[in-house]
Amino acid sequence: MTDAIQLLVGTRKGAWIYRSDAGRTDWRVEGPLFLGQIVNHLVADPRDRETLLAATATGHLGPTILRSTDGGTSWTEAKAPPAFPKGEPHGRSVNHSFWLEPGHASEPGVWWAATSPPGLFRSADGGDTWESIDGLNAHPKILDWLPPDGGTPDGAIIAGISIDPRDKDHMYLATCSAGVLETTDYGQSWRPLNQNVRCDFLPDPYPEYGQDAHQIALAPSNPDRIWQQNHCGIYRLDRPGERWERIGDAMPREVGDIGFSIVPHPSCAETAWVFPMDGSDVWPRVSPGGRPAVYRTRDGGGSWERQDRGFPAEQGWFTVKRQAFCGDGRATQGLYLGTTGGEIWMSGDEGESWRQIAAHLPEIYSVVAAPAA
Amino acid sequence: MTRVMIPSQLTSYTAGATRLEAGGGTVGAVLDDLDRRFPGLKFRVIDEQDRVRKHMRLFIGREETRSVAAPLGEGDELLIFGALSGG
Repeated sequence: MTDAIQLLVGTRKGAWIYRSDAGRTDWRVEGPLFLGQIVNHLVADPRDRETLLAATATGHLGPTILRSTDGGTSWTEAKAPPAFPKGEPHGRSVNHSFWLEPGHASEPGVWWAATSPPGLFRSADGGDTWESIDGLNAHPKILDWLPPDGGTPDGAIIAGISIDPRDKDHMYLATCSAGVLETTDYGQSWRPLNQNVRCDFLPDPYPEYGQDAHQIALAPSNPDRIWQQNHCGIYRLDRPGERWERIGDAMPREVGDIGFSIVPHPSCAETAWVFPMDGSDVWPRVSPGGRPAVYRTRDGGGSWERQDRGFPAEQGWFTVKRQAFCGDGRATQGLYLGTTGGEIWMSGDEGESWRQIAAHLPEIYSVVAAPAA
Repeated sequence: MTRVMIPSQLTSYTAGATRLEAGGGTVGAVLDDLDRRFPGLKFRVIDEQDRVRKHMRLFIGREETRSVAAPLGEGDELLIFGALSGG
């Protein structure tokens, strides 16, 4: 296994791949791929190290999935991209695939896709053909949980899929209007999992569902620990518990605990990183005070430390979207974030220091770190 | 046969061709014929509920249509445009 990393970068105008040396010091860029196409997510398959899938659309054309089975050298289009059943009662059609998730390690070739409007789809052939998951898409509560016209400025979404590494039947979805949904039967049935998660934009601040879960992440070393960066704060849940704890209350008051992403440590279940954004008054969603920083907890959210060395000390108005902050899973975790201003920043020392490794890209939608093919 | 004008957004499917002929008595049938020859093309233009995608425009001659059921006669021309999708 090589120590080199590939960074898969999806932007509003195409995709780029940055490949590092073993020390993550020098980076070589490949791209643009799919110039002009909106690339919401570009993901490598950890099971074969050769397959890449890209969720794309264009301003004019409908959505599709592009596939590579040779590490990104050549690409073909999916024969049957994610699509709701023709004639389905709610008239939905996929606007774009937002999140791509390789299936459980025991199921080579299986992938999951989450879309806008919210829908869940599965492929059993490496992303070539996709089927609608009726257990969710045709659920009797689907229009209450995930109305097609609710959600983010870019459309209502299922923002992420997390699979329990111990059990392929057990999955979680982060959604923009039903909070977290859980299945224990491979997607046949679902239930909300939002106890004690605040929803300060609804009359009932603690509803059964309605929350906007920007991102969730299972701690790799303890998948019973779930981290959540919610629209209304940072939370942690330890299963089989049902009640989330707002660990963002320990963040500095002047920074707050609003953001899009949360990144777990690969081997320490007490450690995670967030990239806070200004959620005051009209929600600027930029670095608070124009001073970008990540915050790290090493005690499960009991306390947070600011990590900003290398970032602009002032006038740095970063916005980092849901899919654009990630770790590389190495023993000393590398961290990577992409901004809507087209910059990529990395830390090779678990957030202690940061440096810019790319600039002048289009608006970055997603950054995924994977071992080099 | 219907003459079809292919916009730049779709020429990656047609090996660069911007003028084609396709068979079928309706807009949908002509697009189905094109899709058989250029797999994936139709879904980029027409969604799974048979609606013309928001930023695609179809004309039969000079008349715009949003219906895949619109009939096409011998000698008709189907023009496909990508339009007004933003910056």
